[in-house]
Amino acid sequence: MQQSNTYIIVYSAVLTIILGLLLSGSAQVLGPWQQEAIALDKKKQILGAVISAEEIAAMSPEDVNAFYSSRISSTVVDITGKEVTTEGVSAEKVEIAKDYKKAAEERAYPIFIYHAEGKPDQVESYIFPMYGAGLWDAIWGYLALDTDLNTIKGITLAHAAETPGLGARITEAKVQGRYVNKKIFDESGSLVTVMMQKGENKDYSSDPHKVDGMSGATITGNGVNNMLKAYMGCYEAYIKAKSAPKVVAVL
Amino acid sequence: MSAETIEKSVAVKPAEPLLSKRRRKLITDPLIDDNPVTVQVLGICSSLAVTTQMQPTLVMAISVIFVVALSNFAISLMRNTIPARVRIIVQLAVVATLVTIVSEILKAFAYDMYKELSVFIGLIITNCIVMGRLEAFAMGNKPYDSMLDGFGSALGYSWIILTVAFFRELWGSGAVFGIPVFQYVSSLFGPDFKLATNGLMVTPVGAFIILGLIVWVQRTKTGYVEH
Repeated sequence: MQQSNTYIIVYSAVLTIILGLLLSGSAQVLGPWQQEAIALDKKKQILGAVISAEEIAAMSPEDVNAFYSSRISSTVVDITGKEVTTEGVSAEKVEIAKDYKKAAEERAYPIFIYHAEGKPDQVESYIFPMYGAGLWDAIWGYLALDTDLNTIKGITLAHAAETPGLGARITEAKVQGRYVNKKIFDESGSLVTVMMQKGENKDYSSDPHKVDGMSGATITGNGVNNMLKAYMGCYEAYIKAKSAPKVVAVL
Repeated sequence: MSAETIEKSVAVKPAEPLLSKRRRKLITDPLIDDNPVTVQVLGICSSLAVTTQMQPTLVMAISVIFVVALSNFAISLMRNTIPARVRIIVQLAVVATLVTIVSEILKAFAYDMYKELSVFIGLIITNCIVMGRLEAFAMGNKPYDSMLDGFGSALGYSWIILTVAFFRELWGSGAVFGIPVFQYVSSLFGPDFKLATNGLMVTPVGAFIILGLIVWVQRTKTGYVEH
């Protein structure tokens, strides 16, 4: 059966319109649920930096929301460490992915503070969002620092499209656990962060600034390293300002 | 042909039952004798990639069933209008739309699964089973039959990947659907007894081995030989 060119063109156009309507319709209808799922996932990632993945997996979505609102407070700072108090700015609304494209000085830097239940002054750890590039696409994560603002309490890492079984392993608890108790400042107080090494199954327990790598995923590992270094550099002013009074007290 | 004879033939021929023997065969044939994975060797890539655990595999299986059955149905409905010269593009457009809808639904209601499977769900578009059934069956058969055919083929694919996933999760992680079976079994034999897991099963190599074994067992039983 041979149809005329006009038939083919009209057919394709009509089909495109129908399928397009179907797609935009489903996106419209499902949109609110998707937004909710994404917001919940973000909270889970933030909490993942301070509590274990099993604990989060055991929580229902309502539990996660309740836990989040009773234990996390947040603030937004700029690169100089000064709090941004402009009306309408809230840490949850800052889109790190969008800000990533701006110059470092122009970004807003949200900080999530994990505190004792109902007592925002009793800080247990500070959680810093990060964003960067992996091998194929974006990677991001949340780094939790202890109250000394030096020791890592936990990290969550996530990715858009790293290779399953290789770079995608950054989401595994085993890989993320390697960062716990490492330090981001060296003894002289300069920022060195923590570097994931090439190769796997080596022992870096004696070095507070190195962690074991992921075999076959060195580029993703480097991406994580660059992300940590870049974002901790941006948060350095805030961290220094926050930890300075304590240093004086010790002296 | 006169109008009279048409009426006559319609009157003589009784309506085929919804699940007649021929239609049942459309579903059951691809399960063993004409299995898309083990006999036709289609859709191997995704059966290697998603089968490390039962749960994502089940979601993948349901998604493939949905996409193959519905795309077969839709293409069969349109089969007499599709311009021959752009038929592959039309098929792809329909399949891609269905796959995107599946992925959107997962994103809304099973976000964790969506994150884990997003790449593979998208790749259903290129799963040879989908295009294969569209070209081989839906373009020349009625909608209901085509839907059954797609359903059968996808079911044949599903039970294979679920079997592979069962053995891979059991031997690789010592669990089934995330339930730590090995741990329970070990504890029955005393505190010092521990069933070991095999790391090979977690890698795609493990899927190749299990798949090869299934093909071997099946072909020994059915006597199927490749020419």
